[in-house]
Amino acid sequence: MTQSAGSDLSAEGGHGAVPTTGVLATSGRPVRGWPLWEVFVRPRRGLSHGHVGSLHAPDAQMALRNARDLYSRRQEGVSIWVVPAGQISASSPDEKDTFFDPAGDKVYRHPTFYDVPEGVEHL
Amino acid sequence: MTWSDSDKSVGAYALRLGDDALVLAQRTGEWIAAAPELEEDVALGNIALDLLGQARSLLSYAGETDGSGRSEDDLAYLRDEREFVNAQLVELPNGGFAVTMARLLVFAAYQYELYDRLRESRDETLAAVAAKAVKEVAYHRDHATQWVRRLGDGTDESRRRMQAGLDTVWPYVFELVESDDLVRDLAGAGLAVDPAELQGPVMGYVSGVIDEATLVVPQTSVRHTGGRRGIHTEHMGYLVAEMQHLARSHPGAVW
Repeated sequence: MTQSAGSDLSAEGGHGAVPTTGVLATSGRPVRGWPLWEVFVRPRRGLSHGHVGSLHAPDAQMALRNARDLYSRRQEGVSIWVVPAGQISASSPDEKDTFFDPAGDKVYRHPTFYDVPEGVEHL
Repeated sequence: MTWSDSDKSVGAYALRLGDDALVLAQRTGEWIAAAPELEEDVALGNIALDLLGQARSLLSYAGETDGSGRSEDDLAYLRDEREFVNAQLVELPNGGFAVTMARLLVFAAYQYELYDRLRESRDETLAAVAAKAVKEVAYHRDHATQWVRRLGDGTDESRRRMQAGLDTVWPYVFELVESDDLVRDLAGAGLAVDPAELQGPVMGYVSGVIDEATLVVPQTSVRHTGGRRGIHTEHMGYLVAEMQHLARSHPGAVW
């Protein structure tokens, strides 16, 4: 398993954020044969790829094909990315307060906070 | 309305193509919930459903054109073993995963070349079915190609199994590209594709994949045939019985 550089947490395991060390050795369960991949699908041209889920596959090419079978059965997309889950660095739930709460009272970060002076066009 | 001999021939031809797709759909469906990985389960389920979709179109058309007025369900569920005209390759048991992939490689390569040409048929229905199906079977062919490459060029054990898979199906592949009077006449009229002209491209593709997989093209003089005349392997009766059991036990049942 590849560990993400400079981070203790990754998306490996599919639960958003899990430690990259210590878990597999102590869990007592056999490690699955195929690595986990996170899947991103672009629904239409002009939109961004969005995360839709994860899957197991032996390599990137097979991951793309499995993603096609699992996540685009109903014409959900025009493009697919797959990323090794272990390569994704994830924020820690423990850091939720310092990461996200400070943005809670910064109303001036929303464009609706500002009054638009009369006569301003093309805004 | 009366049916010309030409209509009946087209019906007989559509029945062959439809039976190939139907029987392989039934076989492939046996993998559902039994594939090596969940992801492969879904992939094989998709492939089986693609084939079933092709079978529905082709069997419906066969029933319309052969003058019998039989529906797709009549043809799928109420014929006996000897009335099926699929090639024997598709009725073979799944065996291990490598056997299934070896069969899918050959059969999808055959279907791809067939449908690619059948798109030009003067018969509009066959051309339309082929145009839709060729994209589906291109994916089936790719799926089998990916696995044959990986298993062949993988570990000693996967390589042994993949080669054994090819050896198992090989005596049955030549029936796919056999001609007879029916297909030759229809091909002459621009309605069908003569399977004989597919042998070069199909074998070219398959041997290319076998080469990349560092495996060898099986050498055998054994060539089983007879499916187009209703002669089947010992496995066919069991497949038909399982496929038809529900429809025959509860005639006319719907959900």
